[in-house]
Amino acid sequence: MKKSLLQPVVVGAGPAGVRAAQTLVAYCVRPVVVDEAPRAGGQIYRRPPSNFKRPAQTLYGFEAARALAVHSTFDTLTNQIDYRPDSLVWNAQSGLLDVLHGPTQTTQRLPYQQLIVATGATDRVLPIPGWTLPGVYTLGGAQVALKFQGCAIGHQVVFMGTGPLLYLVAYQYAKAGVNVAAVLDTAKLSDQLSAMPALLTQPAVLFKGMYYVAWLRAQGVVLHSGVRPLHVLGQTRVQAVVWHDGEKELTLACDAIGFGYALRSETQLADLLGCQFAFDPLQRSHLPERDGAGRASVAGVYLAGDGAGIMGADAAEWAGELAALALLTDNGVAVDSARAQVLEQKLRQLRRFRTGLERAFPFPQDWAAQAPDDLVVCRCENITAGELRRTAQTSGADELNRLKALTRVGMGRCQGRICGVAAAEILAQATGQSVEQVGRLRGQAPIKPIPIHLVHASAPGVNA
Amino acid sequence: MTVKHIQTDVAIMGGGIVGSSAALALRRMGMQVVLLERDLCGSRSSGVNYGGVRRQGRPLSQLPLAQRAHRIWAELPRLIGTDGEYQRSGHFKIARSDADLAALEQYRTQSQDFDLGLEILSGSRLHTHCPWLGGKAVGGSLCAEDGQANPRLVSPAFALAAQRAGAQIFERSPVDEVTHDGQLFTLRSGAALQVQAPMLINCAGAWAGDLAAQFGEAVPLCARHPAMAVTEPLPFFMVWSLGVEGGGIYCRQVARGNLVLGGGSGVALDADRARSGRDAIAALSVQAVELLPALRHAHFIRTWSGTEGYLPDRQPVLGLSQTTPGLIHGFGFSGAGFQIGPAVGEVLAELARDGRSSTPIEAFSIERFLPAHAGPA
Repeated sequence: MKKSLLQPVVVGAGPAGVRAAQTLVAYCVRPVVVDEAPRAGGQIYRRPPSNFKRPAQTLYGFEAARALAVHSTFDTLTNQIDYRPDSLVWNAQSGLLDVLHGPTQTTQRLPYQQLIVATGATDRVLPIPGWTLPGVYTLGGAQVALKFQGCAIGHQVVFMGTGPLLYLVAYQYAKAGVNVAAVLDTAKLSDQLSAMPALLTQPAVLFKGMYYVAWLRAQGVVLHSGVRPLHVLGQTRVQAVVWHDGEKELTLACDAIGFGYALRSETQLADLLGCQFAFDPLQRSHLPERDGAGRASVAGVYLAGDGAGIMGADAAEWAGELAALALLTDNGVAVDSARAQVLEQKLRQLRRFRTGLERAFPFPQDWAAQAPDDLVVCRCENITAGELRRTAQTSGADELNRLKALTRVGMGRCQGRICGVAAAEILAQATGQSVEQVGRLRGQAPIKPIPIHLVHASAPGVNA
Repeated sequence: MTVKHIQTDVAIMGGGIVGSSAALALRRMGMQVVLLERDLCGSRSSGVNYGGVRRQGRPLSQLPLAQRAHRIWAELPRLIGTDGEYQRSGHFKIARSDADLAALEQYRTQSQDFDLGLEILSGSRLHTHCPWLGGKAVGGSLCAEDGQANPRLVSPAFALAAQRAGAQIFERSPVDEVTHDGQLFTLRSGAALQVQAPMLINCAGAWAGDLAAQFGEAVPLCARHPAMAVTEPLPFFMVWSLGVEGGGIYCRQVARGNLVLGGGSGVALDADRARSGRDAIAALSVQAVELLPALRHAHFIRTWSGTEGYLPDRQPVLGLSQTTPGLIHGFGFSGAGFQIGPAVGEVLAELARDGRSSTPIEAFSIERFLPAHAGPA
């Protein structure tokens, strides 16, 4: 291999992208690292603007050491990589990525032969009536406000949904001095107990989770499990949340809500690249296929981190490194194959833990059946669950893209990134099919909205 | 596996707006019809096109069909149970030079017999009527009764209406084999479905060429892919659907506020799938802001394309096969089939029942591509 010809592109500078870049650099390869954020770190280790002074311990808690390690790794790399922050990959076509540089509103073509896709994840949203009121955020959004902007989403906050992030964000908010009015978990205590054997495969992670819960309880934060969120009350913004605890309806005043049901992978780029997808029952979603090392179905494309399936931040670091090793191997570079084996094994072992997490915080299977007809599923286009059900019944639509064409669900600014999960659940419920059968929304450029007036750089080129 | 055998009067290959409206028209004539669609009805070009419903600018030879279609569009709710967001909002064709304006005036004169009601706007009247128009426009031709519709709704609705009227529609049923014994066509879809009919309508869009060729009527049909894009909803400012003399860009604002734009060519991923290409998106961006400066601060939230069958003279093939009795063609609408689709459906039904059309279609005969046609008269 002529190393001078090899300039892989890494998309995303979260834990997976950073470790991928680091590994490539270690083998004397200089990658291009394209990241949408102004500073590297990804979502979980998102860094505040450089003039913010909150210490890492406050920002990241138990994860401070890992966050600092990822950040400092990246900082030592900057001279050895071609780093493009503030850069959104909005399209991929015939060996070129289209990259929008936010500050200059310029889009440039970036050629690649090898590509590591580490696009991360966003919240999995299952809406309830009232969720469009100002003051309702996703858990991830609530966390970003705290980490990136140093501000809270409200004074009296309820966190709701399920998943490990639920307790982590509640803990981070309470630690920051915010009044956490309650944590409402749709999972039952019995779910968590039955998941214990699998969760014990990663005792340190389990311990952290248990610590957050114990700490919150010690601070007097009300924790309810086995709830069913019913609706959000308020006229012009959130005033209260109503839920069912299995016996009765309960109402609690609050001025902000953070909610979410674990995470969903950002797979649009993999889709535009032509990667094959398969349904993953554990994650209840269609995900790009990859082998144990991260190779996608398209030659030269590697998938790492939560963007290809939710495995968490630690796994993302391992997968990023492993994907880089696979890329190097495929280009004839002799790599440390023992290290690759160790990484593959660590990832394999983590699968059992993931199974445990899905059991401890199960997807609320009855969400669609409980969703009332007047629930707005797609907030961009104001499409209700009832409209989706009616359309499915009258038109015979049994597939998600068809439902989109007929109702506009997923046709707004988010292009289904937020509403796609809920729409698929409603369609499955309305047609008596599985979520696997209703399929997934086809990816289309732009991955996120692009300004019409942006400057289209004519010639493809790679900055040295 | 049991094979389903169906005997019918007319078999239709292709569930776009043409095939679906033909199925509906045949049912209204009382004929038995089976339609085979390899994907979902109205999910390809018929369902993902721009949604322009315009007569203005069509070749004169298409205007009788377009006029017939114009009357059908007015009756959509009665015919298919929905208006498909059809509006006679007006279609305005813009001139960017005096020569373009002269061409529009010439078209108005030539098309006078068809009563399109074209009105030329220029100078101060232009800017009174459309203050949102960019500086490059010098005038334009308005067809007040042309308009726009939502193709995602209209085309599937024709298929549903046909089904309600008794047509047997098989979606996700690609036709693997067609044979003809001199009397009957036999269509086989997979191992499960066989359809026999004395009449076969070929309206498989960009994929219609193979069947024509099988019956000795190879035509130079090629696939092209329009580049399409849509903005987020913007405050409503424009009623008309816009086109430009000489082509390049077309644009309309839907009731919800989004602007739908098209122009240039997309990129084929394979024989069945296409996307808008980056070059087309870039060109579209520049032209869009030139045409409508208000779009300067808008975003493209989605782009898409489709697969359309084009013929070199940009005219469809519509009429009886010249080689095979019972075979009827209706394809190759060259990116302009949506408006005339419902009329083409009725014509195909007439051809199947009567062997002739009550609307003139001579210009679209497949004969023009056959070798004999080029020979001595």
